[in-house]
Amino acid sequence: MEFLHAVPYEQLLIQTINGIVTGMILALVASGLTLIFGIMDVVNFAHGELFMLGAYVGVLILAATGSFWVALVAAMLLIALLGAVLHVTTLRPLLGRDPLTTILATFGISLVLQNYALWQFGPVARKISEPFTGQFTLFYIQYPWYRLLIALLSAGIIAALYLFLKFGTYGIWIRATTQDRVMAQAMGIPVPWVLTAVFAIGSGMAAASGVLFGPLVGVNHAMGLDWVLKAFIVVVVGGMGNLGGSILAAIFISLLEAYAALFVAPSQAVIVSFIVLILTLLFRPTGLFVPTPK
Amino acid sequence: MRNRHAIVYWTTFGVVVALLAVAPLVLPEFWRRFLTEILIWGLLAMSSDILIGYTGIVSFGHSAFFGLGMYGAAAALITMRPPSLWLALPYGLVAAAAVAAFVAYFSTRLRDIYFAITTLIFSQIFYVVIFTWTEVTGGENGLTFSRPPLAIPGLFSVPFTSTTLHWFVLAVVVISYLILRRITQSPFGMVLQSIRENEARTRAVGYPTERYKIVAVMLSGLFAGLAGVLYAIQNRFAAPDFVFFLVSGEVVIFNVIGGIGTLVGPIVGAAFFLLLRETLSRFFTEFYLIPVGVIFIAMVIFMPQGLLGFARRWLNR
Repeated sequence: MEFLHAVPYEQLLIQTINGIVTGMILALVASGLTLIFGIMDVVNFAHGELFMLGAYVGVLILAATGSFWVALVAAMLLIALLGAVLHVTTLRPLLGRDPLTTILATFGISLVLQNYALWQFGPVARKISEPFTGQFTLFYIQYPWYRLLIALLSAGIIAALYLFLKFGTYGIWIRATTQDRVMAQAMGIPVPWVLTAVFAIGSGMAAASGVLFGPLVGVNHAMGLDWVLKAFIVVVVGGMGNLGGSILAAIFISLLEAYAALFVAPSQAVIVSFIVLILTLLFRPTGLFVPTPK
Repeated sequence: MRNRHAIVYWTTFGVVVALLAVAPLVLPEFWRRFLTEILIWGLLAMSSDILIGYTGIVSFGHSAFFGLGMYGAAAALITMRPPSLWLALPYGLVAAAAVAAFVAYFSTRLRDIYFAITTLIFSQIFYVVIFTWTEVTGGENGLTFSRPPLAIPGLFSVPFTSTTLHWFVLAVVVISYLILRRITQSPFGMVLQSIRENEARTRAVGYPTERYKIVAVMLSGLFAGLAGVLYAIQNRFAAPDFVFFLVSGEVVIFNVIGGIGTLVGPIVGAAFFLLLRETLSRFFTEFYLIPVGVIFIAMVIFMPQGLLGFARRWLNR
């Protein structure tokens, strides 16, 4: 444990905060993915592209209106609308077929969207400016308030989703559809539209995380790839279709990666999440953060 | 009846192989290379068909097997003097098989979609390792090496021309096809197909389905590695781009376009896709994936059987 003493505790604390911040964004991306998977049995390969397009829409609206908050809300709504259109045109015809075909269809969508973004916006990264630039002193570095705000906003959006699913009328429809699609239909719930709405909500959440995350890194056409892969790891580690599990897994993995970045290059820190995945598959293939199935 | 089918089948087979063998003699250089490349990608797609079409599990990790085949061949061709074709092949195959064993052991614990996602993530592990381990793999730039001569030790040794390379690749692909066809018709292949139809029942009947799936993934990875070796020999480089999961995605596209569960369908799919890319990239430059993606989605929705799906029964008899 010699190497642990080499790292000052301030750095550990800074990395803890960093890990939680990225973890919350990852949780927002992953909970959209989990929502779509848990309710619709659709693995959304295009989720990263919706994330990326959300960030681009944010860039455009921010340039047009000058307000970050307008950009955030508008990006959510527009991408949710796009998600609804994508669902109606490509996923609804696949209802009732093998769930594997939805992987193929969403993979096609992701190819189209990613190359569309490259064509439309070019390969140069765009920048979203932070809504406010305040900083506070954390030991010896200046830490931007905005990062903490991201974590809070992400938590807020996830909490809103949870409350909506738990108490809202449409939320109850969604849960009823998850439990028994045929019965829900028989009770008069418009199941195809519920599924469309779920896809739209998931897309909107991806867009929100894209806009929130935009200021930290540049916005470019390939930014979705990294995130969707990480989100997939999170979703498998957290237990597929399990909202709480994916949130915990997102924070857990981000923290581990943040600590690993103290010792190795950040590009190699990714390997930590792969190791977590392998160990999870070995010992708890149903997911780390789900109750043991009886 | 059975006899007549066999005659028609093998005649068609012979005609197609003969056409492919004659093609490099009449085609210009560019299309000769193109045809060889189609065969290599076709072999990769065909290896994936064992999983998608016959076992009913979709692998999104074939780029790892393909890439490791490439890097394995690269290792043999760079370290061994003089470079030998017959060393590149086993090196690539062993590398691919090792990776396949690793991936198979973990990912077959999961079913359906989970399998697809874990194979994808595993292929990304190898991508990250290859991308960041610059001292050994050359990192982002990859490795370049010279092409080994076409040789049988003690008999003859001539440098590859594009025509002899094509024949060599054609021979490997045809032999692989015959082996894979034999495997899918063997009792082992029948168990795989029954896993596709109903895994729970297959297990209930008494087959250890997990073990069958592990062997299927390894077999598939082995042939994908073979395709990787051929690609390395053709292009004289190994690059991390070929380990990236988009390659796996293209392999799945080849399968769906060509028709899964036919073995030759994926080759047709690869040919169709590469021709489409060649044509469309003249109009759409590097954005050819937009129309390709749209066509792919349309085929998933309206033509799930693929181009050769209508002949599936006939081809598997």
